[in-house]
Amino acid sequence: MDVCPSSRTGWNDMQARIEIVGSEIHMAGEWTISGVADLEGKLAELPLSGATSVMAQDIEAMDTAGAWLFHRTLQGHGLGIAGLKPGHAALVEMVASLDLAERTEPQSRGVLEKVGVAGWQLLSQLGDMLSFIGEVAIALVHAAANPGRIRWKPIWHNLQHAGFNALPIAGLLSFLMGIVIAYQGAEQLARYGANIFVVNLIGLSMLRELGPLLTAIIIAGRSGSAFTAQISTMKVTEEIDAMSTIGISPMEQLILPKIIALLIALPLLTVYADIMGVLGGMIMASFDLSVSYTDFIDRFGSSIRLSAFLVGVGKAPVFAAIIAVVGCFQGFRVEGSADSVGRQTTKSVVQSIFLVIVADAIFSVIFSLVQL
Amino acid sequence: MNEAILEISDLCTSFGNAVIHDHISLEIMRGEVFAIAGSSGCGKSTLLREIILLQKPISGSIRVFGKEVLGLGDMEALDFRKGCGMMFERGALFSSLNVLENVSLPLQEHTLLSQDLIEEIASIKIALAGLPASAKFKYPGELSGGMRKRAALARALALDPELLFLDEPTAGLDPLSASGFDELVLHLKRSLELTMVIVTHDLDLLWHVADRVAFLGDGHVLGVGTMMELSESNHPLIREYFFGPRGRAAREQAWKQKSITR
Repeated sequence: MDVCPSSRTGWNDMQARIEIVGSEIHMAGEWTISGVADLEGKLAELPLSGATSVMAQDIEAMDTAGAWLFHRTLQGHGLGIAGLKPGHAALVEMVASLDLAERTEPQSRGVLEKVGVAGWQLLSQLGDMLSFIGEVAIALVHAAANPGRIRWKPIWHNLQHAGFNALPIAGLLSFLMGIVIAYQGAEQLARYGANIFVVNLIGLSMLRELGPLLTAIIIAGRSGSAFTAQISTMKVTEEIDAMSTIGISPMEQLILPKIIALLIALPLLTVYADIMGVLGGMIMASFDLSVSYTDFIDRFGSSIRLSAFLVGVGKAPVFAAIIAVVGCFQGFRVEGSADSVGRQTTKSVVQSIFLVIVADAIFSVIFSLVQL
Repeated sequence: MNEAILEISDLCTSFGNAVIHDHISLEIMRGEVFAIAGSSGCGKSTLLREIILLQKPISGSIRVFGKEVLGLGDMEALDFRKGCGMMFERGALFSSLNVLENVSLPLQEHTLLSQDLIEEIASIKIALAGLPASAKFKYPGELSGGMRKRAALARALALDPELLFLDEPTAGLDPLSASGFDELVLHLKRSLELTMVIVTHDLDLLWHVADRVAFLGDGHVLGVGTMMELSESNHPLIREYFFGPRGRAAREQAWKQKSITR
């Protein structure tokens, strides 16, 4: 059995037909959405201009799709139509009477205009972001002045979800990172017999850079996205509006607790990640470079200054603020639909990771200037 | 008018211990506007969802176009669904597509017509549903509640179904839009010879548009008939429904309009 459209879709086999006999156009069959599938292509090739009349008495069924095709085919030819059943005629008349207007698709923009619009959106987003940061700062000052107004329950809740629950993944990843660095360094160091310097390598890179950065990236992916998704969904379902109406400030109930919780959680997570990373490096060092645990710890105490640790942990609150503010800000920028929630969440994660790395670069420059 | 297009017999549904439908039987004739009424939670929408195979009843039979639809395989279910249009209560328009794309989607999926013809046919449905042509390129998020319902109706009409299901078509509309929708339903019935099954609480819709009404309550069909017949029923639930303060007002208005038209 050949695969013709009607058998593919399993609809009826009564196709619409059109033939030209002398000066008459004969129409027959079922002029329905399933029946006209083949007809459309044929119509373009038919020489309708020679015909003078239409014989439509054999049309057995018609729906709006068929009626439209009928109308569209004969439109402007001024042919006499004979034999069209009254019901079908009414349908054709109704379809013809509808005001379809010309396609008024919004003109697509030129390149220059697109660049302009994108640039303007970027600028206005930057402005909105700045004013959001301002609002958050004011709210933080208010909260500090009236500690009684701080809502502790959501803070505990966020501490658990963004902080405690992230312990396994943050620990595991920095442990693995410690192993990788020790392993990569081992070959180079062993070549010069400088095995013991693996302690400096791991200590400095984990404590100063990788511990805080890795943790911030994990938290941006884990909690920043969750903040955006929660707030944007609440906005779409008008929960945020309801909250304001009841007289609870969304800033106090939703945003400040997230920021405060992350400000507490991220430095703690960073310390934990530092420990796990150095532990990973230590194990690898004893395997691969035969630096014993006691040697490692002795050397660690003498060669890594406290400032390396403090510099690393000191960056964490800044990263935390970036992640929480971007997460909340993108959540509030949602527009109406389910689609938009997904878009904002993506934006939130990409932006917060980007900003965290930019901030880290700025820190490096500053620290090298003040020679820390 | 005397051919049954949809027959429900001995249908039972329950969620956990709550019995929603207790051996329900209904017959819907070709070309009629059939309304299903009843207080909230009596299983009206559930019944609709069972007919279009979104939910499974525990037992019973549903025959549409003379064929049993319960237990259909995926391919047969697809064929059956092409013959039906469903308008959901909150529109269920795809928010990432504009109105024209929403209405074109079923046509693109299930026909081999050219894109131009598909857009023209979709435009016809949009105009039929009473939306201005300017609404075609708007996204669902930019439409008002009434326009969203009309767009949803246009999508339900896309494949020229013989059988159209409307779930609460006038809920959440202002009185003007709601009566506009009443007119629209009547217009569609006249011009397309559709059979429509409407789930509604809207008394005006019931009085002005429905040919016959089934009243559901306590898991049973408490009454089937024209609104006139139902309003003469002695069942306490039906009397309460139709002769509460709002029911009486709608009934009086329906009387007045009838006497004017005569």
